[in-house]
Amino acid sequence: MEAYYFSEQPYPGAWDKDVESLRVTLPNRLCDPHVAADLINARLDEWELCDRVGINVMINEHHASATCLSPSNTITLAMLARRTERVRLLGLGFPLANRPDPVRLAEEIAYIDCVTRGRLDVGFSKAAPYEISPANSNPARFMERFWDTHDLVLKALTHQDGPFNWESEFHHFRQVNIWPRPYQQPRPPVWIPAGSIASAREVGQRGHTLAMFLSGLNARQLKDAYCDGARGAGRPQPGPEKFAYMGVVAVGETSKEGRARADKIMGYLRTTSIVSDVFMNPPGYMSVAGNVAWMQRNQTRGRAGDHFPVMKRDGTILQVGSGRDWTGEIPMDDLIDANIIFAGSAADVGDQIIDFSDQIGGIGTILMMGHGGDLSHEEAKASIRLFGERVLPRLKSHDPPQASRAG
Amino acid sequence: MPPIDLDQPADRPEIRVVIAGIGIDLVEKGQGTPCLLLHGIDGIHPASPFFTGLAASYRLVAPWHPGCGHSETVRQFHDVRDLAIFYQAFLKEKGLDRVTVIGTGFGGWIAAEVAAMSTDRLAALVLIGAVGLKFSDRAERDIADLYATPLAAFEALEYVDPARKPNRYETMSEWDLWALAQTRETVAHLGWKPYMHNPSLNHWLGLVDVPTLVIWGEQDGVTRPAYGAAYASTIPGAQFVTVPDAAHHPHVEQPRQTLDLIARFQAGIAKAGGGTR
Repeated sequence: MEAYYFSEQPYPGAWDKDVESLRVTLPNRLCDPHVAADLINARLDEWELCDRVGINVMINEHHASATCLSPSNTITLAMLARRTERVRLLGLGFPLANRPDPVRLAEEIAYIDCVTRGRLDVGFSKAAPYEISPANSNPARFMERFWDTHDLVLKALTHQDGPFNWESEFHHFRQVNIWPRPYQQPRPPVWIPAGSIASAREVGQRGHTLAMFLSGLNARQLKDAYCDGARGAGRPQPGPEKFAYMGVVAVGETSKEGRARADKIMGYLRTTSIVSDVFMNPPGYMSVAGNVAWMQRNQTRGRAGDHFPVMKRDGTILQVGSGRDWTGEIPMDDLIDANIIFAGSAADVGDQIIDFSDQIGGIGTILMMGHGGDLSHEEAKASIRLFGERVLPRLKSHDPPQASRAG
Repeated sequence: MPPIDLDQPADRPEIRVVIAGIGIDLVEKGQGTPCLLLHGIDGIHPASPFFTGLAASYRLVAPWHPGCGHSETVRQFHDVRDLAIFYQAFLKEKGLDRVTVIGTGFGGWIAAEVAAMSTDRLAALVLIGAVGLKFSDRAERDIADLYATPLAAFEALEYVDPARKPNRYETMSEWDLWALAQTRETVAHLGWKPYMHNPSLNHWLGLVDVPTLVIWGEQDGVTRPAYGAAYASTIPGAQFVTVPDAAHHPHVEQPRQTLDLIARFQAGIAKAGGGTR
């Protein structure tokens, strides 16, 4: 198993400034640029430390938000490309349906892949509904635009025979011919996150790596859907390397210390969905059928699709939420039981991750949210070192179950 | 994707017709001179006082726009002008002539585009709380942001009394909910960027040469009365009138007054010689 270290790069100093929305509308006068400079540089230092201890790096982007200071996968990846030497770099992900410039994106991907001599992994995200407003992208036909953009970027990365033409419903380019082309051949690996059966199946059809975020044992159904999609497209049975799972990961010298760090990182879950209702469901982001279900429930928030609730192993549903949806603190033991958090001593964390992987039939990658909330730079670095020295070697040598179909 | 498992409820009077190769639903009611009613984002409400009032005076023809309600979507349509071309074909195929075209809200934008394109089959134009134009500078928005205003706050801009709003989800059939969701998606598709306007329409409205009435709610918070007055000023000879105790949907909040204004406007045209241009 491989590991990638991730932080949303939050700005927790503004989290108490608005109970309605920490995204889209929160005025940026509440962002002290001196504080932002410290936070951003601390995170970059942590990723450089990851390189020294052998943990791969994952970065992301959000827009107009106090929950994430990174506005661009490309910028962060470009900096890390020269400041790291051996680990892989994953941007998860590029919000494809919000990018008007897919050819430019392909150029940037190829450039970074060359700079890193092939250490780049490329993630493509649907992007949350509240990302539409900052981008002012049209929410109608959102997923059609996502897949059209996906097809164009991949063709631009792999086409080597001179300019090609692209005149689709969503994009118009007449001479696509990127220089340089990617270092990895035919192109860097592609990762796509999915939290619903339908989406997981679509990722499986295309054979990309499936990233599952905080889904707990529901990851089994997502894996099954992925395998169904792969089979339907005539692809070979996917191995564990096609599956990545993100949970909160915090390591301490003692169980108590690791859990205390996890509790700080959980600031992410306590704030991530503090968003005005009005930005949660722009028309077209969800299907018409999904919107009918939404209206029938007089729903104003959350998802209408087939997304899973967070569950403990005994099936108890945990009301994970934030802002108005927050129903009270959930005990750390329950969140560890539900595989949302992997925390404690190095031995605890190794046991928890291996147990989880075995239970869902094997994953190739743990995506560790190792920093979040107001976890300090010193604490993050200590957790990274402990993970790299005492947990990662166990994960790397652990043999996953060979059958990738969920157990 | 059509809702193949849904049947049209018995209380919906729509019939299916094919115009310009596109299957659309429409309601036809009443006798007399023809009136084409172009709906806004809330769709068609055949039982409403405004609708039945128009049907008492006109041969009323009220289509669901392509992509709205249960009418077919044409994927290649990408702006409101496509709908205007469709409605020019609609008037021709239906053999409608000397038509009074009435548009409300988003439908007012379509009506304005139809008139800008050709008035050959039009007798008169009535715009109610129409969108479609931009007057202010780049930093100012003329039309309230439907997609960034919390629902209750937007309803307060739309209605003097939000209790007058149609489309309460809890009383709607699944058929009607589907129609509303599909309409919202199509309106977003066509009206997202530029937001609810066509920058060239200001210019073309100068060509409209039929009697035009622009009706505005005195308390419209979505498109303010000053916007309505500016709208009217782009159309040669257009009359601008406001309706008290009404906001963005005067035909919903004050249907009687709105119908009276339209009737007086028509009487004035008749007196002046039948709307010569």
